[in-house]
Amino acid sequence: MFLETIPETSNYMIAGYAFAFVIMGIYVFSMYLRNANLKRDIETLESLQSEKSKRSSSSKKK
Amino acid sequence: MQPRPLALKILDFASVIVLGVATYLALVFAPTEAVMGQVQRVFYFHIGTAWVGLLGFILAAAAGIAYLVTKDMRWDRFEVAAVEVSTVFFFITIVLGSIWARPAWNTWWTWDPRLTTAAITELIYIAYFMLRQGIDDPEKRARFGAVYTLLGGVSAPITFMVIRLFRSIHPIVIGAANGTQEKMNMTSDMRVAFFFGLFAFTIIFIDMMWHRIRLGALEEKVEQLKLTVSM
Repeated sequence: MFLETIPETSNYMIAGYAFAFVIMGIYVFSMYLRNANLKRDIETLESLQSEKSKRSSSSKKK
Repeated sequence: MQPRPLALKILDFASVIVLGVATYLALVFAPTEAVMGQVQRVFYFHIGTAWVGLLGFILAAAAGIAYLVTKDMRWDRFEVAAVEVSTVFFFITIVLGSIWARPAWNTWWTWDPRLTTAAITELIYIAYFMLRQGIDDPEKRARFGAVYTLLGGVSAPITFMVIRLFRSIHPIVIGAANGTQEKMNMTSDMRVAFFFGLFAFTIIFIDMMWHRIRLGALEEKVEQLKLTVSM
């Protein structure tokens, strides 16, 4: 027996593609956020490191 | 941190373009399947994401071996990138499969051999990150991670082969069905969308891997700076 009409399954297709794009978007955004946070951490840690080396060199002079 | 190289910028641009073309081919160019209707179009992204998902798990296992042999932390970074990107893509694969199954099999989920092994594979790699987070020493973490991905890597070929070895309701796309299984027949336009989908997700996977490896280098730098500041 043959199907007379193609079944209406568009909603599932839309849900599938929406899901795939949302997950990929979230992942790319998470990488962007992590990248920005790590760069900020590096800046902070480098400034702390230079302060620390300044302090240690001044204490050596004394 | 090195600025983004030109090749990576080109790859970013290419990824956006191929994703757009793959979407067009899947949603517009490929004909509507007569039995399942529009939901069959989900299959083009389902296979594309499954391909890069399993590829990444195999690459992670290879990187694990390379780390154990060389003790070079760059292999550890590569391994983490491969696992993370593949876990995301494989999660998409599983959910797209479930969405397709609802109208095709009249259920969101069934404990079919393929679905079961795919779920186990995904859980193995989610547990990989839990394992890594529990270890502070970078070298020990890399060593444990390498051994774990080596063992976990076995799940990828099992997931691929299981529908060929056991009785399954999951359709076979690549290779011949054994008579009891459903074989997916495609028209030439469907094949274009299918193969371009594989190509597009390979490009996107390489692009995301590259970005994740660079992120790993930053993480390593932060870890080293924290150590020097705290000493």
